Amino acid sequence: MQRGTRYALLLGAIPFITLVFALPLVNRIHPMILGLPFLLFWIISWVILTPPILLLAYILEKKYNRPSEGEEE
Amino acid sequence: MNPALVIIFATILFSAALGIYAGRKVKMNLENWTVAGRRFGIIIIWLLMAGEIYTTFTFLGASGWAYSKGAPTFYILIYGALAYTLSFFILPALWKVGKRYGLHTQPDFFIKRYDSRPLGVLVALIGVFSIIPYLQLQLAGLGFIVEVASNQTISSNLAIIISFILTCAFVYTSGLRGAAWVAIVKDIMMVLAVGIVGIGVPYIYFGGFGKMFRALIAQRPDHLVLPGATPHMDILWVMSTCLLTGLGFYMWPHVFGSAFSAKSDRIIKRNAIIMPFYQIPVLLVFMVGFTALLVIPGLKNGDMAFLALVNKTYPSWFMGFVGAAGAVTAMVPSAILVLFASTLIAKNIYQTGINPKASEERVMSLSRLMVLAITTLALVFAVFFPNELVPLLILGYDGVCQFFPGVVLGLFWKRVTKAAVFSGIISGLGVVAVLILTGKDPFLGLNAGFVGLFVNSIITLAVSFMTKPGTGKLE
Repeated sequence: MQRGTRYALLLGAIPFITLVFALPLVNRIHPMILGLPFLLFWIISWVILTPPILLLAYILEKKYNRPSEGEEE
Repeated sequence: MNPALVIIFATILFSAALGIYAGRKVKMNLENWTVAGRRFGIIIIWLLMAGEIYTTFTFLGASGWAYSKGAPTFYILIYGALAYTLSFFILPALWKVGKRYGLHTQPDFFIKRYDSRPLGVLVALIGVFSIIPYLQLQLAGLGFIVEVASNQTISSNLAIIISFILTCAFVYTSGLRGAAWVAIVKDIMMVLAVGIVGIGVPYIYFGGFGKMFRALIAQRPDHLVLPGATPHMDILWVMSTCLLTGLGFYMWPHVFGSAFSAKSDRIIKRNAIIMPFYQIPVLLVFMVGFTALLVIPGLKNGDMAFLALVNKTYPSWFMGFVGAAGAVTAMVPSAILVLFASTLIAKNIYQTGINPKASEERVMSLSRLMVLAITTLALVFAVFFPNELVPLLILGYDGVCQFFPGVVLGLFWKRVTKAAVFSGIISGLGVVAVLILTGKDPFLGLNAGFVGLFVNSIITLAVSFMTKPGTGKLE
């Protein structure tokens, strides 16, 4: 496996850890943040953080993986 | 004439005309019809995929669940983010295979990768049987929205028949391109409707989200944590359902197939990055459901929450706008579902299974004929047996999820064999069917589909190690 792909997969695991496996730890109402109950705040935050995480994965893949043929724009 | 009615009809007619117009000057062969010539750029792919995930179920169901079930509805927000993250890794590889071998459908992939026509036919059959109830749900949702939004001046059946005949027309003429163009109208209207209502009602009744939530917590302290107002949708159920639906989303034949319509693998990868932003409107839909619970408690049918609250709060012409948005929200996914169900029947059941010598032209004209047949069938079901198919829908989602090991291992692992995928799919489906039919869903707190997928994955891996890799390969 190429280095860029490895980094990307590690980053890709983050939404699964935070949005699925961490749920038992965050299933509560308090503290309320920005007016949202904590569980909903937690979920929303990680949903909104998913695009920057994937963008970073994209950049790292581009940086560390050999460009394969036919991948130009 | 009632302004709501005018808005609804004008929108439906305009969308259908746009859909038909989208296909002008395009010579229709299977490549152009099902995958739009593989020419879609990032914006249109985004709108198209958003058009698929954001259906009437999201609109009515997400607010309805927020209203009647509470926190378990958050799974809708979660599974999308998981599905898009997976698509970042899976779809570009899939797109490349599709491009290299000129694949149009999901069974095409299985046929090519595992060199097995029977496997292709099996996948096509499961696909079609899963699509029909999904399609019927869209029709039922459409009828419901239009009937309520027009203040009962248009009956549900009349709304379904008119809008579905028009949908059928633009699918017939323009294929996937038609659906993509209508998706533009749909997305703009949906985001406006959901934005105005979702931000509006908590402010109008409570002066803000925070105050609305505090009022809700004071009244029902358990509604906003799992398992909410339900007896059985606890953390484990939500976790397994999120995983199942997240893994399964791109396994729907129509979603899988539309990935092929992108211009390049880079486009599809970048699309995966921006897709989660489309989840924000879902949050606003929840706000409507929660506000409705405080303002109009005691509705018998939670799915009414969104429309009932809009009706109470806004003038009737705005209700018409919401009805029109709801109608196109049903038309876009319906169009794509009809398109892919038709292609599956013509290409992967008829050509692959019955008459391998059928020409491309024959498959194309049969696909179009199937558009008419499936439209008629879905209309008959929606009008005469509106409630019979709902249990099948659950089975449908659990069914298409069983393709996951065959697709992912097929793309990334040389060792997986057709015997393994065959036995995996069959045993996964068997487990799901037994659990659902004997009323054991959830099973030990887990979603039954997830249990099926787990068994399926183990069997696919085990049988792969016991059998020799076959002749099918990619590259």
